[in-house]
Amino acid sequence: MSSLEEKINEAKDLSIQIVKDTDDDRLMTLSVGPQHPGSGHFRFVIKLDGDYIVYADPDPGYVHRGHEKMCEYRNYFQNIPHLERPVIHDSCNITYSYSLAVEDLIGITVPRRGQFIRAIASELNRLVYTLYWLAIYGIFLGHSTMFMWPAGDRELLIDLLERLTGHRVTHAFNIPGGVRNDMPINFKEKCLTQVNYFEKRLKEYEHIFYNNPLMRQRTEGVGILSKEDAIKLGVTGSVLRASGVPYDIRKVEPYDVYDEIDFNVQYMKTGDSFARAYVPLLDMRESCHIIRQLLDRTPESGDVREKLLSNVKGSPGESFKRIESGRGALSYHIVSDGTSRPYRVKISVGSFRNLLALPFLLVGSKLGDMPPIYWSLNYWPVEADR
Amino acid sequence: MGSITPDFRFGNFVGSIIQLVLVILALVTLLILPIIFFTLFFIPLPVIDGQVLTPYLFFSMVVDPARTLPIVQFLMHTDLFRAAVFPGFAFAALIAALTIYVERKLLAKMQLRVGPLYAGKIEGIFQLLADGLKLIAKEIIVPSGADKPIFWLAPIMFISTSAAVVSLIPVASGWVVADVNVGLIAAFAIFGFFPLITLLFSWASNSKYPFIGGLRALHQMIAFEIPFFLSALPVVILSGSLNLSDIARSQNLFWYIFVMPINAFVFYISSLAELERIPFDLPEAESEIVAGWLTETSGMIFGLIQLGSYLKLYALCGLFVVLFLGGWYGPQIFPPELIPGASASNIPLLKIFALDGLYNPITVNSIFWFTTKTFVIILLMLITRGINPRIRIDILLHTGWYKLIVLTFINLFIVLILIYSGILGPGGVISSK
Repeated sequence: MSSLEEKINEAKDLSIQIVKDTDDDRLMTLSVGPQHPGSGHFRFVIKLDGDYIVYADPDPGYVHRGHEKMCEYRNYFQNIPHLERPVIHDSCNITYSYSLAVEDLIGITVPRRGQFIRAIASELNRLVYTLYWLAIYGIFLGHSTMFMWPAGDRELLIDLLERLTGHRVTHAFNIPGGVRNDMPINFKEKCLTQVNYFEKRLKEYEHIFYNNPLMRQRTEGVGILSKEDAIKLGVTGSVLRASGVPYDIRKVEPYDVYDEIDFNVQYMKTGDSFARAYVPLLDMRESCHIIRQLLDRTPESGDVREKLLSNVKGSPGESFKRIESGRGALSYHIVSDGTSRPYRVKISVGSFRNLLALPFLLVGSKLGDMPPIYWSLNYWPVEADR
Repeated sequence: MGSITPDFRFGNFVGSIIQLVLVILALVTLLILPIIFFTLFFIPLPVIDGQVLTPYLFFSMVVDPARTLPIVQFLMHTDLFRAAVFPGFAFAALIAALTIYVERKLLAKMQLRVGPLYAGKIEGIFQLLADGLKLIAKEIIVPSGADKPIFWLAPIMFISTSAAVVSLIPVASGWVVADVNVGLIAAFAIFGFFPLITLLFSWASNSKYPFIGGLRALHQMIAFEIPFFLSALPVVILSGSLNLSDIARSQNLFWYIFVMPINAFVFYISSLAELERIPFDLPEAESEIVAGWLTETSGMIFGLIQLGSYLKLYALCGLFVVLFLGGWYGPQIFPPELIPGASASNIPLLKIFALDGLYNPITVNSIFWFTTKTFVIILLMLITRGINPRIRIDILLHTGWYKLIVLTFINLFIVLILIYSGILGPGGVISSK
């Protein structure tokens, strides 16, 4: 128990490595956001001493919509469409762990074909999310081609998801009991072609962006988050893996069919902004690999959905499930009192956990390092505010 | 949508236009023509081609355009024409407009987009016009705490300084606005004004992001000015002149880029930094400091600064061509007569196309080669925007102060060795004199 307290104290020390507000004329206070092109729906106040950031204070909450509270007024199925609003471009993943938790409460298992289709949708959506993230990372570094290319290639995957789910962005595909629809005819062939093409494009991304000496100069050795600090600050997802911790929920706590799939957890040891930008690219390669295996092993026929009553009641109790989303561990803690509505829903998202590392990394870095550090944290403001 | 009123009738619209034309015609016949004739009665008329330019002759020129050629020829040798039209402001502005269009299309093709498409029906050729009209129509917002005189003056200073550099660039032999004997030094002296204007404007904006942007621009331009000057030094040593026309003339045997490729490269990099183009667009880095020193600009203030920076782009590329790519020299591809036998023929229409006295094959050829080379360099400048991210300020300063200066010295010594070994320079094996 004492070791845990020590750890907590160390974490506290980490976060207070910031210069106190003084009346020093040298310091210039900048409010970056929410109307700054480099911030998103989010603000952080920074203080500059020359070109160095000496103080950083993140201020999220501009897009708080109270999804957790809204969950308490809707039944388990009605919750699906609004729960995917925080990350509309990763909607199959944010509803995945919710469905898993609800299924755990109700006590049903999803048919095998449904599990595979779920995993395919989840991986495709991870690609869509990561491409969106990569596009913004590119434009944050001033690389306009890297903004347009992922945004264009994302369309192909969105078209695939549209074929699968019927919607382009907000799919509402995962529901308690399975998935909404079965795969359309020819989906397997179409998906294979697109994914193979997409893998070739990933090589081109590497040529034009990751191997560019200017990009390397700009991001290598910038905002280093060591392995110990990463664990102490509790970051997750690609940020954690870039710091040398091979931790992936799909491998650590395999859900649905992931224990049958052969894949590696991609990680790097440097922990700088470049590693945090490069790990998602490796993840995308791995996702392509996973999708091919999933398509190969999907049962030819069978149910995709366990039929449930529309106002199905959960048994009194709690359930906690988590999955690996595009931003790291995404978990739902649902408490049920036996009625058709959840008593309490708690969403723990990767974005908010990665945000904790932001002031820690920004302080001491240059103003020019602000965009590569901020966006490499894989932070999505809307999801963090929920 | 809202610009057309609900009770709009096309017939009424045409009717009003016809009415307007009638009113104008009546005004011209009743007022303007008498005034013109009354004035002509007192003013001595100019003599052109041995004839007094009477109104009758003037109207006969409208009928026979071949007779206007002497007037055009006369106008073309005035200083006003050189400064305002060719090779001065209008020519440079035309190239700048073309550059903006090509940049947008080229970048779009690199990024799997289509670029401007709708304005002007054909591939969006009028997009620039539409953007310009929009900028003119916008309100100009001056920040409340701004230093107003400087805030209003800075864009005009920016564009006029750019135009001042354009005036020094020789487009063909004898075709230059200001043929100064110290042309190269004058060009560098004018470039020295840009950091001042930038800093003044960013200070006058009274805002934080423009201030940071202005300081960055100052650092950047000063760091790259020294390699910029040094890269042109061997050119002066070889040609023995600071006059840009003479520098171009001294390259009639070989282009200087063949003996000083490193300097040409340094000049190119420094030009990119001077122009604040990606990868050196730190003063306007949008993800860090919004729009840098341009943050508080709006409407035509922004438009003028943009036009000024594209004029600057043309001027720098022109300077590159004059210094390293042999100026206007190139194989003669234009025939001695535009249409063979046209000037001797009796058909009036053919006589016009002969452009007697206007068409000089050597000058036209020079202008063609100069423009082509300049545009190639402009394309090289544009392409970096599609393939590079932004650089950081410390790397930039390091590049400017250490690497580029050393590179220019290396090439300077190579050139000196070539001169002292008797290969280049006056009296050398390969000598233009």
